[in-house]
Amino acid sequence: MIEPQPITTIDRSELPAKTATLASQGWRLVQICCTTGDTSLELTYSFDKEYAFSNLRVIVPRSDAVVPSITASYLAAFTYENELQDLFGITVTDLAINYNGKFYITTIKHPFLQKKTNTPASTMPA
Amino acid sequence: MAHLTISKIITRSAVSKYATRLYPFVKREPYKNTRGHIANEINLCIFCSLCQKKCPTHAITVKKPDKIWEIDRMKCIQCGACVDACPKKCLSMDQQYSAPSPVKSIESFHQEASTL
Amino acid sequence: MGTRTIIPFGPQHPVLPEPIHLDLVLEDEKVVDALPSIGYVHRGLERLAEVKDYNELVYVAERICGICSFIHGQGYCQGVETLLNVEVPPRAKYLRTIWAELSRIHSHLLWLGLFADSFGFESLFMHCWRVREKIVDIIEETAGGRVIFGSCKVGGVRRDISNDTLKRIRGELAAIESQYNELKPTFLKDASVNRRTVGVGMLSREQAIALGAVGPTLRGSGVAQDMRKLGYAAYKELQWEPVVETAGDCYARTVVRVREVTMSFDIIRQAIEKIPAGPIAVKITGNPTGEFFSRLEQPRGEVVYYLKGNNTKNLERFRIRTPTFANSPPLVIMLKGCELPDVPVIVLTIDPCISCTER
Repeated sequence: MIEPQPITTIDRSELPAKTATLASQGWRLVQICCTTGDTSLELTYSFDKEYAFSNLRVIVPRSDAVVPSITASYLAAFTYENELQDLFGITVTDLAINYNGKFYITTIKHPFLQKKTNTPASTMPA
Repeated sequence: MAHLTISKIITRSAVSKYATRLYPFVKREPYKNTRGHIANEINLCIFCSLCQKKCPTHAITVKKPDKIWEIDRMKCIQCGACVDACPKKCLSMDQQYSAPSPVKSIESFHQEASTL
Repeated sequence: MGTRTIIPFGPQHPVLPEPIHLDLVLEDEKVVDALPSIGYVHRGLERLAEVKDYNELVYVAERICGICSFIHGQGYCQGVETLLNVEVPPRAKYLRTIWAELSRIHSHLLWLGLFADSFGFESLFMHCWRVREKIVDIIEETAGGRVIFGSCKVGGVRRDISNDTLKRIRGELAAIESQYNELKPTFLKDASVNRRTVGVGMLSREQAIALGAVGPTLRGSGVAQDMRKLGYAAYKELQWEPVVETAGDCYARTVVRVREVTMSFDIIRQAIEKIPAGPIAVKITGNPTGEFFSRLEQPRGEVVYYLKGNNTKNLERFRIRTPTFANSPPLVIMLKGCELPDVPVIVLTIDPCISCTER
């Protein structure tokens, strides 16, 4: 039942060109996901074409969390990229529709960058 | 293009009996599997606190020395994880929903020492 | 050129049960630009994976959405099972299929009702929900809850449905289907309904792919893509084909859902026919490792779960991309050029489910 899910790691500078090729071949953007590491952030861009599934991976250091936008080839990426900006504090350059941090209004800034905490049951709101 | 295609259904429902119940005079019978609330046959309980460990919402508190088993009805999500975990099968899922309440309260079950 | 006005639509609006906000740029009564924004109910559910055991997280996954609850739980479980290299027993796969399709029928009937409400057809709304109530009863009888099933677990399902009950349900579903069939002509042929849906909110095949539309929104634009074709659960053993319409307007998206309900009835019938005997769950040992994208078809479209395990009880990353999140950008195109009174109708045709979108 499991379809192959290849992941190609690329440099962030290759991203706009690679996605432009995929867009011209008719791939659909499935999602953009960010996983936080201790010193780096791992971004996965997933694409689908007639049930085939393919991923591009970009790894950026936490200290220099800047990626180019792919909205030039996939306009739909603006929701995902604003999510990256608001929840993970990643700066996305040349973003077509930029909410400037107002996409998710959260109490804590960039909540997904916070350290993992183990909330004990007693401190949970009753 | 058709017009007034729904008129047949509307006419029928106008002359037939209600699709709804006249609550609270007529109450809905729960099903055998309905997850209403957690009941505890406290006299069989051995206070192993497995239910407390398995509860995903931390609704259950077991105080073994005092022989007290407590449940926060407002936190409980009726998932039945405690019922599955209970070794003595003293926990069960009752079909009746727990009553609505204006205040959050903890229901407490106390086992009398003589019953053991 | 008329005067341009920007009016806010939502976050509180009579047709929307949940908060989504649209900035509509109007020229007289015509919408020239629209920009959706969300972010009112963000809950940060994904990070609960860091404090909850992977077995407990099923209950969280099921509560992401109150309508497609079962498929959320199923998607999560299938993902973890893949990471653990566990094969679910065949009976559990069939039971998952039956529950998932019941969930799809009740979700589509709910949507058809809400859609009727969006163009002010109150009695059609009530009748859709009258039919849906019977499905919800079957769900409560078999799973114990009306919308939260609580029946999926990592390694299988938590409760069985006896073969006698399944036979009886097959009879009940036939009766429900005939009631549903009486409602169908109103959506498909009625002049007053068609006037609001035909030719409204156009989305071409190319635009749908480029903007990443999923589910009925994608299939309404002529793309035959249904994630159930990936063959998870018991779908590869059953006979069915994705429902496709080519027009790309609100009417096409409605027809897709109307026909999908009929197809779901048929899938359940086949599954009840073929369900094998045997165990319903396998014992789970070990902790998840590796990464996996679990893709399923929800009533609203493709849902993606990204799960990354690091051989501990907690997942390292648990990411959910819900169908409404993917269906929001196409709204920008669909709303361009429509009349202001059509905005609620068009917004409703993507079947917005905002709370699950924001997780």
